[in-house]
Amino acid sequence: MSIAVDRAHALMLFRQMLRIRRFEEKTVELYSLGKIRGFLHLYIGEEAVAVGALQALTQEDAIVATYREHGQALVRGTPAGSLMAELYGKATGCAKGRGGSMHFFDAARRFYGGLAIVGGGLPVAVGLALADKLQGRPRVTACFFGDGAVAEGEFHESLNLAALWKLPVLFLCENNLYAMGTALARHQAQTDIALKARASGLPAQAVDGMDVLAVEEATQQAAASVRQGNGPYLLEFRTYRFRAHSMYDPELYRTKEEVEQWKERDPITAFEGRLREWKCLTSDDLATMEATIAAEIDEAVAFAEAGSWEPVENLTKDVYTPPRAAGERHEARG
Amino acid sequence: MKLTYREAVRAGLREALQSDPRVFLMGEDVGRYGGTYACSHGLLQEFGPERIRDTPLSESVFVGAGIGAALGGMRPIVEVMTVNFSLLALDQIVNNAATIRHMSGGQFSVPLVVRMATGGGRQVAAQHSHSLEGWYAHIPGIKVLTPATVTDARGMLLAALREPDPVFIFEHAYLYPMEGELEEEAGPVDISKATVRRPGRDVSLITFGGSLWKSLEAANRLAAEGIEAEVVDLRMLRPLDAPTVLASVKKTHRAVIVDEAWRTGSFAAEVSARIMEGGFYDLDGPVARVCSAEVPIPYPKHLEDAALPSVEGIVRAVRGLLK
Repeated sequence: MSIAVDRAHALMLFRQMLRIRRFEEKTVELYSLGKIRGFLHLYIGEEAVAVGALQALTQEDAIVATYREHGQALVRGTPAGSLMAELYGKATGCAKGRGGSMHFFDAARRFYGGLAIVGGGLPVAVGLALADKLQGRPRVTACFFGDGAVAEGEFHESLNLAALWKLPVLFLCENNLYAMGTALARHQAQTDIALKARASGLPAQAVDGMDVLAVEEATQQAAASVRQGNGPYLLEFRTYRFRAHSMYDPELYRTKEEVEQWKERDPITAFEGRLREWKCLTSDDLATMEATIAAEIDEAVAFAEAGSWEPVENLTKDVYTPPRAAGERHEARG
Repeated sequence: MKLTYREAVRAGLREALQSDPRVFLMGEDVGRYGGTYACSHGLLQEFGPERIRDTPLSESVFVGAGIGAALGGMRPIVEVMTVNFSLLALDQIVNNAATIRHMSGGQFSVPLVVRMATGGGRQVAAQHSHSLEGWYAHIPGIKVLTPATVTDARGMLLAALREPDPVFIFEHAYLYPMEGELEEEAGPVDISKATVRRPGRDVSLITFGGSLWKSLEAANRLAAEGIEAEVVDLRMLRPLDAPTVLASVKKTHRAVIVDEAWRTGSFAAEVSARIMEGGFYDLDGPVARVCSAEVPIPYPKHLEDAALPSVEGIVRAVRGLLK
């Protein structure tokens, strides 16, 4: 094996990407059946980013993600059944079905959404990092956002404040080239996102977001810098979504050829090729892995199907914290 | 003890910072400048730059960072200089602060306190004279407080910090230099009830914030004419203490709502609707409203005075109702 990563680790990275892919393919079926409704933003094509980047985080670190966050939640360890139930809108979902696809939350794993207004998660991530700094906790907050968010004032405000106060934020930009249907060059005079970050005083670099090992390596280095107290770091992952912005759109804004070209760089098939080349993966291994993942997803669907609906009497529950829960919550925090 | 409203806010801030290490204050010019209304004067020297944090003019990120810090176990007090600038942070307030608890299925609470100055009357023209607290009261998931007295200015801040959910405190800018008597032993005050500031039998003047003092003065003038007005201070707009309002209307049978916001879609409209729903048969006449004229607040004093609710306007509305 001519690589710096060990076989088990490489296979784990591959399996995680494949899990996300198969999970989301299942959600497409379920959407067609009407089991999942609302917006469903798929991560297909971008799996290497979540899988690679999350390797640099510990369970103590926090994640703030966007409406395209199925991959991050799966890799973080939220059970697939809990996520699938959330997509169904069941009370057994990771947010009691209140949020759906765009609003996964998992307090036990410090997963703070699923915040679905473009750019809106960055200030929250800055605040989480501020809380860590003020309490002297050696933690990192990883904040995912897309190239569209770069156009928002909140992007610039957040980078500046995090850099000004040297806060431990990892800004992870998933540049899939389109803000919904508007290409980066059509909405930004300066398309170099890392350069924008450097202008705000952050170290930053662009990374091949289709290469899981490159993503992992860059994120490990950036996270190490953040953990050393150097303040925030921005990584721009150049990636591509293979499917529509949400479930369906006519994709008038890009050519089929462009999509096909990017599919040739599919992070999963590309990494599979390398694993086979390195003799890390046989066809039998792959079949076994596929079967295990299929079983996990079947189980997730069964869990979602069996889940209960939140009683309508609970409609306004949790708009405010009940007085008794308030004390418990504070005990549980920190 | 006599002190100004601004000193009362400062006393509340000091007490909060002294008693809870999780509390910190951030906002524009809260540190070296001492606060644009001097509410935090001296706090930087006393508590240091880690806890009294000057921010850039970036309302969205410093309000959002308040949300994040609250999620991370702190008790942030965010000062947005004025309600006018809070519009730059609406995404964080409406889309994040107000929703995260419910949207996460109750997993996360946001114990954030945001203070801001509100209101007109100081000849600072159309972009610095808004009264938008009624807008905020529209939003479930947050609480909206409108302290009108020095006791509430201090005590509501302390009470807000005990809340597990986001609380927005609107301090009428006209009140900062107002002197008042701070009640002894005044700690956190109740933030669930409206209160009757002046009992009366003939008409209920229902109001809050800066308009309380105009309403009390109007009540004094009316008393000279033999009209006894009861003045109800709502104190909080969300949750709204409707029972206290309805009890007053049941007693006086007439209601005039005084609200410095524009009439159309105002909080006064909400109070009026609550009276219709819960007190219609107690009324001897239509509910009246004294609100601001439907115009961006103008700069010259005579035009601004004409735009905002006035003591004379309140007196006139009451006379009209009792005719």
